[in-house]
Amino acid sequence: MKQPMLNIKNIETYYDRILALKGISLSIENGSVTAVLGNNGAGKTTILQTVIGLLDDQPEKGSIFFQGRDITGKETVDIVKMGIGYVPEGREVFQELSVLENLMAGGYMHNSASAKETIEKVYRYFPVLKERQKQMAGTLSGGEQQMLAISRALMNRPQLLFLDEPSLGLSPLLVDQLFDIIHQIAKDGLTVLLVEQNANKALAIADYGYILENGRFVASGTVEQLKRDEDVQEFYLGIKAEESVRATQRYKRKRRWN
Amino acid sequence: MIGQLIMTGIVAGSIYALVALAMSLTYKSSEVANFAQGEMAMFSTYVAFVMLATYQLPFWVAFGGSLLFAFLLGLFLHLAIIRRAKDPNVLNLLIITLGFQVFLYGLAGWKWGSEQRVLKIPVSQTETVEFAGLIISQLNLATILVAILLMISVYILLRFTKLGLAIKATQQNETAAKINGIPTRRIVAITFGISSVIGAVAGILMAPITTLDPNMMIEPLLKGFAAAVLGGFNSLAGVVCGAFILGIVESLFGFYISTEFKSIVAFLIIVIVLYFKPSGLFGTHYTRKV
Repeated sequence: MKQPMLNIKNIETYYDRILALKGISLSIENGSVTAVLGNNGAGKTTILQTVIGLLDDQPEKGSIFFQGRDITGKETVDIVKMGIGYVPEGREVFQELSVLENLMAGGYMHNSASAKETIEKVYRYFPVLKERQKQMAGTLSGGEQQMLAISRALMNRPQLLFLDEPSLGLSPLLVDQLFDIIHQIAKDGLTVLLVEQNANKALAIADYGYILENGRFVASGTVEQLKRDEDVQEFYLGIKAEESVRATQRYKRKRRWN
Repeated sequence: MIGQLIMTGIVAGSIYALVALAMSLTYKSSEVANFAQGEMAMFSTYVAFVMLATYQLPFWVAFGGSLLFAFLLGLFLHLAIIRRAKDPNVLNLLIITLGFQVFLYGLAGWKWGSEQRVLKIPVSQTETVEFAGLIISQLNLATILVAILLMISVYILLRFTKLGLAIKATQQNETAAKINGIPTRRIVAITFGISSVIGAVAGILMAPITTLDPNMMIEPLLKGFAAAVLGGFNSLAGVVCGAFILGIVESLFGFYISTEFKSIVAFLIIVIVLYFKPSGLFGTHYTRKV
């Protein structure tokens, strides 16, 4: 059997004193796009932060393997070095550095000649950044900052890219453009783990999907399977099937035991 | 006359500028104003003194040795003390730096006593240079030149080197720096080291002007702090400008109004700036957008 790129086994993570992830298992195939869908507070970001090692002393239980190597509880810097790129929620670009400096910071682990080579590749996905390369990142629009955050993560030439809510706060038109580019990046061979509230958009480019509610996965499968699922249709894709108050009650009852 | 006064102000301003620069660098990296900065500089100056007076080493060896010591002292402060703090908040860390200050002050007093000593340096305090109608002692000229040289080096470091980029990235957003593979803890420790070196240079320049004793850096530290507040703590160019403004204002105030009350200018400035423009003259305050 082929080894998965990322294999998360039954992790439990505390956020302060709240058990935010209650036993999550997830595996990502080489070259696939995997989407994790869920509402605010479901724990989507926590999954990414746990894997990348941003939460001190977490996960409490479980283990995480990247390309067969155990990365549970390792330092963020070491995990990033192994080839995981992370585009955080809210972009988090270096506001008072220029676009070019942001990208160079992203390529910190490579020498500057090879970083400059990578910049040219990244500019092919996002030509607008080349026009703005001398501009301070804090003065870019929200969409441009998101593009910069993605480019900065690409600078390290990751094998696996985490995208946390790339559509957050962007106009629908921009979201369309951005997802086209993400789709292109994935087609060029990068494995992607996409965390989104915008289920329609995410499932449009994903191969596999997981639905997260209150720290547990309540559904998972290929995108085709998920799209056929009535609950997913109703609550995540907004295709109305029946009277919604009763349906919500029925759904909650059903989910409680998961 | 006024030219001469401004010149005096610039000399004092260069010392304040170095202290302010050192404080601002660590402040930006760790959100803590390091109040031990002055005593660290004093201690490093004593190290230079010991190498000169006790071991009879040449000045440049002592100078280099003292800066190396200062760098290690900065690393030590961060690695062994600040980073060990459990659940640190800004107030705790501030108190830790105050504790380190008192520790160094006591240690210096115990080791070398409170008597005033002379740090011998290779430039003369009495011989003067005439420059555009102004008279300036060799020592003061050297002070200005060394300070400016150091500021240019810091500028080059931050503007053109990879280490500088990592320092700036860490200062602006530590989490984002980490996820880009920048070893932020090492970078912050190095920043503390660099700050300490800048402080030590200020100390060595300061010692011949006043005298070498454990109290020597208390006033320059407060003045440097005032300068940093005046210029805006998070703008390096701002704090340097603030320092020169403070030095010149102080010098003019001392001549035209009152020499005895010269020192209150700095503290008056802190109060006025915090009252009317808390971010300082040149500081910008970025609020993080969600």
